[in-house]
Amino acid sequence: MTMPLLELRQITVSFDGFLALRDLNLNLKPGELRAVIGPNGAGKTTFLDVITGKTTPSEGDVMFKGRSLLGTREHRIARLGIGRKFQSPRVFEKLSVQENLALAVSCPKQPWSLLVGGLNGNQRDQVYHLMSIVNLQNRADWAAGSLSHGQKQWLEIAMLVGQDPDLLLVDEPVAGLTDEETDLTADLLKSLAGDHTVLVIEHDMEFIRRLESPVTVLHQGHVLCEGTMDQVQADPRVIEVYLGTTEENNG
Amino acid sequence: MFESFTTRTKQRFCWPQLLLWVVVIAVIVAAPVVLPVFRLNLLGRFLSLAIVALGIDLIWGFTGLLSLGQGIFFAVGGYAAAMYLQLNSSEGQPNGIPEFFSLYGVDRLPFFWEPFHNPVFTLIAIWFVPALLAAVLGNMVFRNRIKGVYFSILTQAALLVFFNFFNGQQKLINGTNGLKTDVTQLFGQMIGSPEMQRGFFWLTCLMVFLTWFFVRWVVRGRFGDVLIAIRDDEPRLRFTGFNPTLFKTIVFAIAGGLAGIGGALFTVQSGIVSPQYMAVPFSIEMVIWVAVGGRGTLVGAIFGAVAIMYTKSLVSEAWPQGWLFIQGGLFILVVTALPEGVIGWLKSDGPRNLLSRIGFVRPIGTYPQLEMDGQDEVQT
Amino acid sequence: MQLLFESLFNGVAIGSVLLIAALGLAIVFGLMGVINLAHGELIMLGAYTTYVVQLIFKLPAMQPLYSFYVLVAIPIAFITSGVVGILLERTVIRRLYGNPLETLLATWGVSLILQQFVRSVPLAQAAGLVLALALGFSLPLLLPQKLLQGSRNRLIRFGSWCLSALVGVLFASILGSQISRIARATSRNVDVTAPKWMRGGIEWMDLTFPVPRLVIIVITIVAVLGVTWFLNRSVWGMRIRAVTQNRSMSDCLGIPTDTVDVLTFGIGSGLAGVAGVAVSLLGSVGPNVGTSYIVGCFMVVVLGGVGNLLGTVIASFAIGLLTDLIGAGRLITIWPDMPAPLERVVQFFATTSMAQVMVFALIVVFLQFRPSGLFPQKGRMVEA
Repeated sequence: MTMPLLELRQITVSFDGFLALRDLNLNLKPGELRAVIGPNGAGKTTFLDVITGKTTPSEGDVMFKGRSLLGTREHRIARLGIGRKFQSPRVFEKLSVQENLALAVSCPKQPWSLLVGGLNGNQRDQVYHLMSIVNLQNRADWAAGSLSHGQKQWLEIAMLVGQDPDLLLVDEPVAGLTDEETDLTADLLKSLAGDHTVLVIEHDMEFIRRLESPVTVLHQGHVLCEGTMDQVQADPRVIEVYLGTTEENNG
Repeated sequence: MFESFTTRTKQRFCWPQLLLWVVVIAVIVAAPVVLPVFRLNLLGRFLSLAIVALGIDLIWGFTGLLSLGQGIFFAVGGYAAAMYLQLNSSEGQPNGIPEFFSLYGVDRLPFFWEPFHNPVFTLIAIWFVPALLAAVLGNMVFRNRIKGVYFSILTQAALLVFFNFFNGQQKLINGTNGLKTDVTQLFGQMIGSPEMQRGFFWLTCLMVFLTWFFVRWVVRGRFGDVLIAIRDDEPRLRFTGFNPTLFKTIVFAIAGGLAGIGGALFTVQSGIVSPQYMAVPFSIEMVIWVAVGGRGTLVGAIFGAVAIMYTKSLVSEAWPQGWLFIQGGLFILVVTALPEGVIGWLKSDGPRNLLSRIGFVRPIGTYPQLEMDGQDEVQT
Repeated sequence: MQLLFESLFNGVAIGSVLLIAALGLAIVFGLMGVINLAHGELIMLGAYTTYVVQLIFKLPAMQPLYSFYVLVAIPIAFITSGVVGILLERTVIRRLYGNPLETLLATWGVSLILQQFVRSVPLAQAAGLVLALALGFSLPLLLPQKLLQGSRNRLIRFGSWCLSALVGVLFASILGSQISRIARATSRNVDVTAPKWMRGGIEWMDLTFPVPRLVIIVITIVAVLGVTWFLNRSVWGMRIRAVTQNRSMSDCLGIPTDTVDVLTFGIGSGLAGVAGVAVSLLGSVGPNVGTSYIVGCFMVVVLGGVGNLLGTVIASFAIGLLTDLIGAGRLITIWPDMPAPLERVVQFFATTSMAQVMVFALIVVFLQFRPSGLFPQKGRMVEA
């Protein structure tokens, strides 16, 4: 068995006594595609906050490629190869689509290199390639703030891919997308897995099913169960937590 | 030609811009001939303030950091220039040190004056010391992710600290009286003489151009995009792998350095530097130049500084009581009715909208862009 | 022992002035997110109000009650600054909620206008204007609700404003004719003289406590207790807190958020007026008297932790004590044989303005360790 790419060891996060995460353990193998589901308040977003360094856990450790991420600042974690897409799309609204992507693919991200040089040929190709993947090539000079919700979602996913991280953390990528766009997003994420490790948080069960990936269920800040979508949906604890939700999707 | 963050289309050569350039250059060439020395001197001073305004535009208009403490860097630049000039012309004085020291019974030059004997050091110190100061102060604040209004309040407090300090230190830098430069000598000429003042006017014009090119270079391209991204959504930028603290420290230092250059040029043209340059109201006034001109547009910053200061001097001569009312009204107007400033308003088809509202011009029917690829609906 | 008490008293005295000045700001900044740079000018208006009230009580008809003018000045100053604050909120601030930097710039403009206003407009007329505004705002509230419904609403409102204007003009001209000192505009500083019982000091254990200082401390204590009670126990206080936490939800629950805004801002501004009374007891009153307080006030609020009243109280007393400790050079008295270099440093900062330099520097250093002040707002919603 290979060393896990990401390993969360007994993570506990407390907000003024309220335990957002308690004793959470999780392993991701390189190249894996993993879906995380859970009802509201299960700690899904907090869990991403811990990995990306936004929140410091009160106990436990986060290991990435064998080194601890605790105490590392957000931008360093991002440079180590962890990219994140936020729950509601967060793009730089006053910049154009092209500029948003250019910032994502820029490397190194140091002031001086940004000041003196433009993008090199590869990076420029990469920007155009990304725009064509997410179908925004005709919007290249549009301010990102004027895009529709779905287009922003895709732009942010494209930025995430452009960062070329080893681990992609994708928080609710298909909220507010049409069915067709949802399917395309699922295909995109599936194609990324293998080269990259992808962790998807979503509420949309059809989407999760389409990913054909192992599923982890979070509940009240810790892992309730893990398995394939069918296994998870058959689990009585999950049904209890979700009440009718899974039934509905089954039917 | 001008950088804007709302519309980022390719700039094409066009006649109005060429005309503008011709007018600007003509004014600069003609000014020393046409204007009396007093007015020319005022214009020179206001142009040196435009350099400060460009710095403020860089940190506020582009990066979203509203500093109310630019007076610190402005005054420090001014003091650097004044200290050199004082030393340069104090040979005949007792102990060979500037005259004011004898008033307080100081007979040895304070240590930090020593390097200012050297003109090269002074030329560097004018921008480097304020920039360094800004970098240190800025980094202390940015490191802790203090931002928005807290940053503004802290810069204001810092300003007051420096003001009190300079004001109280007679024995070091002549306290509240400040340092005079108009009777000092440079190249064997009095600083206050008309010839020297004309020279400083040219120098200031040159510096405004250079600063404008420099800031334009900084805000164009990806570095400028990062600054705008900081203003838009700083946490998001962090997760993209950029370190906003570093970028903010750099631009704050640049703005500080520019304020220092502006301060030095202002000092030699007004003949004195005093702690009043660090007065709280003056530093807030600097912000309004940029706000009126149009934050995020470089020409707006220059225009705002010169136009407002010129209006101020005209109004103060004609109706001394009126200026504070007008200035106060400007602050309120610019945030409630004209948030883009004058240049921003001009660029966003403001005049046409105004005219069409009054009924002079028929509004042009605008249609959504034709979609060539038959994509889904146009969202606005 | 004596030294301790003296130091403690001075510190508390400085701190209580800071606290009363910052209290209104803490409410406006902490609860509404408005950076009111005109707060200093509202303090200034309160101080001028005290001056006018004092002159009115000097008139022959009011002479017997002269000793109590300070007590009368407090509510009047509260109303004066409150009314100006409400006017400010209705005309400017209302458009800028949720945009602190813009409020900062706009209120700075207001502060410039107010400073020039007291220079260019005779105080008698200013008093008339404030009276007219106060009446104009309050008359529609006093009338029965039935009258204000339907088509007559506009007419009645217009009529009440006309009436208020008339009363204001009358009041101004009477004031002007009776008291020549405020009939003409002046930019000179004016002096508020304390009544007899407030001069001198109270002797206790070889120490003298100046009475004006004691009065200020009492005013501050009452104001803080009043604000605490109002915010935590009264119905409107609860509404204010509700709107602070979630404006749209409060709207849905039927809380009149518009009225809450007016009320909150009015109270915050009114407290500045009360602070003005205190300030007028300490020295001469001029158009710039407010500007010297504003930065200190903001430091108090930031140091205490925005939106935390207890933090504001502790921060102002901490700053007061520290200022006295440094500014009066007490460290040397406490520790007479300190090493010479250290003594030189202490002496260097042993003036009022240098003490401020030191205290502000210390606050900035403190914020390095606690960026959100003594009592930061906690929870998961703080940073988006």
